[in-house]
Amino acid sequence: MNSDKITKAVLFASSFVILLIAGGMIFSLAGGAIPAIKAFGLKFIWANTWNPTEGQENYGALPFIAGTILTSIAALLISLPLSFSASLFLGEYFRGTRLARILGTMVDLLAGIPSIVYGLWGFYVLRPMLIAVGLPNQGFGIFTASIILAIMIIPYATSLSTEIITMVPGELKEAAYSLGATRTEVIFSVIVPSARSGIVAGYILSFGRALGETMAVTMLIGNANKIPDSFFGTGNTMASVIANQFGEADGLKLSSLIAIGLLLFLMTGVINSLGKFIIKKMG
Amino acid sequence: MESLANLSSKNLERRNLKDRLFKGLVIFLSMLTISPIVLIIYKLIEKGIRQISFDFILKTPPDTFQAMTALSNGELIPGGIANGITGTLLMVTLASVIAIPVGVITGIYLYENPDKFMANITRNISDILQGVPSIVLGLIAYIWVVKPITSGFSALAGSVSLAIMMLPMIVRSTEETLKMIPQSIKEAALALGVPYYKVLLRVLIPTGFSGLLTGILLGISRILGETAPLMLTALGSSVINLDITKPTSAVPLLIWEFYNDPNMVDLIWSSSLLLMAMVLGLNLLSKRIAARTK
Repeated sequence: MNSDKITKAVLFASSFVILLIAGGMIFSLAGGAIPAIKAFGLKFIWANTWNPTEGQENYGALPFIAGTILTSIAALLISLPLSFSASLFLGEYFRGTRLARILGTMVDLLAGIPSIVYGLWGFYVLRPMLIAVGLPNQGFGIFTASIILAIMIIPYATSLSTEIITMVPGELKEAAYSLGATRTEVIFSVIVPSARSGIVAGYILSFGRALGETMAVTMLIGNANKIPDSFFGTGNTMASVIANQFGEADGLKLSSLIAIGLLLFLMTGVINSLGKFIIKKMG
Repeated sequence: MESLANLSSKNLERRNLKDRLFKGLVIFLSMLTISPIVLIIYKLIEKGIRQISFDFILKTPPDTFQAMTALSNGELIPGGIANGITGTLLMVTLASVIAIPVGVITGIYLYENPDKFMANITRNISDILQGVPSIVLGLIAYIWVVKPITSGFSALAGSVSLAIMMLPMIVRSTEETLKMIPQSIKEAALALGVPYYKVLLRVLIPTGFSGLLTGILLGISRILGETAPLMLTALGSSVINLDITKPTSAVPLLIWEFYNDPNMVDLIWSSSLLLMAMVLGLNLLSKRIAARTK
């Protein structure tokens, strides 16, 4: 009997580890961000400056917040038709076939490719193609980064939407077919409406992924510490500025980068909680 | 709704045409979706295969001058990425040693107490942790390990960031696996008077073993290719290093170094090919195991 109590205590204690890690993360990031917050106050979040010159150091996160949101939204929009099609292919048109298994495996493998390999491919294959069609800045910038990001987040949205589309009850679809609807009509008037919240949740979660992607974006966005002046202009995201500037950072600059990390942590936390909340509400 | 107009044959033709067009579009876009993986693998093999040899696995990279000489003579760049391979193995093993026991035990806790307040919090927090960008985990390991413990960049710090990344994946996959085991098996063991810990270790874990293994392999394949957190923690090293308190290289870190050195840039393809082979191999292996047990 005594060993049962010990076992239960060990199980209970282990679940505390996750809480400790999460709590410790917020605590440590906030602690590391204190010098930056002390120096710049809350206006750090919306200040549009990044000046590392010694003596007149002045840091603000707005250029990177703007770059992050811009690339992530663009990536989401680009990936939307692709992952929607793939989930119809897997969950409706070719459901259960060998073809769907192969395609499904390949979509899953997209999630397995390391970020840095995406970056290399973007740099050496995609970028020259974009230069050829007249993209400025040597092909670097928000647009190029968004395309690669879009490919990277496709599997996340696809797997959830496929699952939800597969779960739409057959009776509903058959009822529509018996009324003479074509398959396309069934998709848009039966499947999409009843799978809507799952599909939306999938896109929210993949948006959350896009927010924090680092290496591929760092290699393609152009690394300019300013608010992007156009969709094809260069910029920096919160993740890429940390990767870029961390090596030579100390003091106030390091603290500002940690503050950006804290903001990124909070942003992804909110977005992911929202996605999970929608999934949970569906049951 | 649209009444009898729908019945006219012309209208029907138009609807059928639309139906076929849409199906064609879906198939086309689906093919477009998977084209990057084919193109990426093709590119890596095309450019990387000629560098792959025993030397590539067993030797450390040349210095940039040697690489330049080889380049100007039109030869293959000598040397390999042994320091990266050993570093990756070291850090991934250490991360697994940290994350797997804690993750499996926490997963068992969630399975055994599904509706407790504490379990709900743990489950939600591990879901949120799973979405934390890897670069933020790098910052965390920097604050927790690089500064206070190893007072410098180290393999240990890299492992900690990878372990935090892996932990929530293991927790959730363990819980999902155990949920699929019939309650009756566990109840039978308890009814025989087997102590609780033995029920967990000798009944639950062996029964769900292949599911657990799938989750673990997927977790490992996810952290194998991570670069960003290692840049902030392990930093890199030009020699083979097995001391966890010293800076250490990893395959993705080496790719990043080669990418930034014009003389070494040829090595990125073969290194990436090797990394992809490891990651995709583990990925497919875990799918195989999952499919066989279903």
